[in-house]
Amino acid sequence: MNSDVLLSISDLYKAFGGVAATNQVTLDILDREVHAIIGPNGAGKTTLVSQLTGVLMPDAGQITFKGNDITYMPAHRRPHLGMARSFQITSIIHDMTVLENVALAIQAKAGHSYRFWRSADSDQNLTGPAMEALRGVGLEAQAMQIAGPLSHGEHRQLEMAMVMATAPVLVLLDEPTAGMGQEDSTRMIAALQVLKGSCTIILVEHDMDAVFALADRITVLVEGRVIATGKPDAIRSDETVRQAYLGEELEAVTDVPGSGSSGTVRHVC
Amino acid sequence: MTLRGWVTCAVIVVLALVPPIVSLVDNAFILDMATRFVILAIAAVSLNLILGYGRMISFGHAAYLGIGAYAVGIPAYYEVYNGYLHILIAMSVSAVFALVTGIVCLRTRGVNFIMITMAFAQMVFFAFVSIEEYGGDDGLVIEMRSEFGSLIDLENASVLYYVCFVSLLLILYLIRRIVRSRFGMVIQGARGNEPRMQSLGFDTFRYKLACYVIAGTICGYAGALLGNFTNFISPEMMDWTRSGELIFMVVLGGTGSVFGPVLGTSVFLFLEEILSGLWLYWQLVFGVFLILVVLFAKGGIDSWLSGRRTH
Amino acid sequence: MDWTLLTVQLLNGLQLGILLFLLASGLTLIFGIMDFVNLAHGSLYMVGAFFCATFTQWLDSFLLGLLLALPATAVIGLLVELLVVRRLYQRDHLDHVLATFGLILVFDTLTQMIWGPDGQVIPLPAWLDGQITLMDGIVLPTYRIAIIITGLAVAFGLFVLVTRTRLGMRIRAGASNRTMISALGINISLLFSIVFVMGAVLAGLAGMMIAPITEASIGMGNQIIIVAFVVIVIGGIGSIKGAFIAAVIVGLIDTMGRSYLDALFKLFMSAQNAETSAPAVSAMLIYILMAVILAVRPAGLFGPRGR
Repeated sequence: MNSDVLLSISDLYKAFGGVAATNQVTLDILDREVHAIIGPNGAGKTTLVSQLTGVLMPDAGQITFKGNDITYMPAHRRPHLGMARSFQITSIIHDMTVLENVALAIQAKAGHSYRFWRSADSDQNLTGPAMEALRGVGLEAQAMQIAGPLSHGEHRQLEMAMVMATAPVLVLLDEPTAGMGQEDSTRMIAALQVLKGSCTIILVEHDMDAVFALADRITVLVEGRVIATGKPDAIRSDETVRQAYLGEELEAVTDVPGSGSSGTVRHVC
Repeated sequence: MTLRGWVTCAVIVVLALVPPIVSLVDNAFILDMATRFVILAIAAVSLNLILGYGRMISFGHAAYLGIGAYAVGIPAYYEVYNGYLHILIAMSVSAVFALVTGIVCLRTRGVNFIMITMAFAQMVFFAFVSIEEYGGDDGLVIEMRSEFGSLIDLENASVLYYVCFVSLLLILYLIRRIVRSRFGMVIQGARGNEPRMQSLGFDTFRYKLACYVIAGTICGYAGALLGNFTNFISPEMMDWTRSGELIFMVVLGGTGSVFGPVLGTSVFLFLEEILSGLWLYWQLVFGVFLILVVLFAKGGIDSWLSGRRTH
Repeated sequence: MDWTLLTVQLLNGLQLGILLFLLASGLTLIFGIMDFVNLAHGSLYMVGAFFCATFTQWLDSFLLGLLLALPATAVIGLLVELLVVRRLYQRDHLDHVLATFGLILVFDTLTQMIWGPDGQVIPLPAWLDGQITLMDGIVLPTYRIAIIITGLAVAFGLFVLVTRTRLGMRIRAGASNRTMISALGINISLLFSIVFVMGAVLAGLAGMMIAPITEASIGMGNQIIIVAFVVIVIGGIGSIKGAFIAAVIVGLIDTMGRSYLDALFKLFMSAQNAETSAPAVSAMLIYILMAVILAVRPAGLFGPRGR
């Protein structure tokens, strides 16, 4: 096993009513890479991410993170190892302020919260780093506003700030640009570009522009199986992937220069 | 100062002055009313900690009033009158009951949570109904109030009142600190979006359980005061309809602030007192009023005072 | 062991189970489909009993009184749905709880205004008031047998309605997936009214059947409704089958506990201790059962997963 491997998935299997949603998935995520997972609707991307975050438990197989077996670790304990996630559907606490949302993320990282007396709002250990994270995503002006009524783009920015506030080792981003307009989407990609290199990112995304702009490596999932893993260029030119899925969607981005046959593609099936 | 702030101060000042006023107008009934009000306000404020801040709709909160009252009554039945012991028993038994039932209740959510909290309270109700030794259905007379040495004499109605009043102030302050602390933020976060809180790494079940136990323990303390005040306890005081009244007090006052339930309790008791004197069938008006409040007046008195609609 | 007593107690348990089922089936459908918490369900049980008492006294016939009381209870149920409940479907559970708590006060007080504070007796016709002697000399009250048979017949009818008819199909669709019924283009407000009235009639019927034994009295529904809640929590919300099985289990355990727990306790503790502790424990039995079942299956025996 490579010493640079941060997260290792081996022979992961999960079925719903006899239908395999994750079928013998084996995959290594390297330290500090941006690893995109793509595939058509119903390919099992969300199911796979849910097992990585502990929302779903696999039927068989193993997940190791930094060498620790986390296959059946409860969801609420994984963030303490440095795993953070964002949700496909924006998931923030609507009736709290923007700052409080981020402060809670920092509080979670700080360990237990059985502190009943001191006011959390005036706790510099929470508000300081929280403002820092809000500045990072350009949302510091809205810090004192209730999060609920903000725009969709601002919700996504807040979501990102909550993820980054915990200084995670591994971030799982489930469709970060979903439901965004072109402009917001470009801004989000730029924000992620800044993050790149500071932590490991698993990116589940439909938007091929975002995938090819950000990913170091790409895994293609079809019907619960990994059909290919490799560098973007290799994936783009891979025949199996083209036939199975990419087809037309790739046509839009094939004019990117340098699309040769460099890199290796590992065929699983 | 805001309107809400003025009203809060006014209520506290008036409450502080009740005994001198009562001795002036020589009407002991007012002091009785005020004592009952302050005790029920403590219960309502403790309920609001889980109901308002945690969105845990407990329909069994009156059980803690009963547990607290029996914690005074049963030792008194065996001629043990040590007040510190009474309060220790009231609070620790309430805490244990909240812990054990909370572990079961908090595994469920929504409608199930409401019904299960209700069912557990009813279980305590029936348990005391069937224990003949402590009066069963008919209840138990407490011969003497709790003793706290020579300093505090609860047999003096004014002293009892001030003990209750100071307790209310301290508990209001305590809960205000709790809801603004890190712990309180977690509870309110779980109210807003529990899955998100879990994905951030909070074991929300344990925080909610801790909150549930704190609320139950405080209400158990209120129960001990209530037992001392009424000198009589019966299972009737923890009937599920009593829990319903507590919820109504909280919602009427507004779940959005720590002080809201105090206002709700005052309006509730005031209406009850006025209406029951006017008409034999006053509960009809009360019921209709309740329905109208739910249908048309969301947010309670508190949101009206602070001039904002509820979230 | 006294076999007559045992048989009578088993029948009493079964009869309680049947009554609980009539209450719980309506509750569980209303929860399952409308996601509505109806504390006032017990009030409809009481209203049914009072209607039945009055009509029986007027017409001098329990059966006619019962037949007239059923549609009368349905009308009350419909009024409640149209005037109050309908406005609350979109609200949260706290609002449901409070408004229906208000309804209980209204119903209890109105009943007191109309009928006075005393209970109403329902005289049974002679052919129901007797006893049946089974083989082995076991004597059973006819009316309790009649309640059980009627209840089972209603349960069967309800089962056929839900599993074999178009209305039943819609109800089941609604109970398992609320968004689905709107997707199917079904008139939701009509379906909600039908289900609510159906629940009201079932609750009323339960009240009418118990009243000749206990009298119709103010607040008679306020205790049994909690037990009905325990039943649907154990059975799983939205499940008629679960409600039936849980109702019978709860009815039997409660009755048997009250009759035989002290004898059981005497096996391993002193007679005096057994006699003081057994009543308290038997009063708690069904709640302990509920806690145990929830600890193993948080959604109840037949409940949907993850609600």
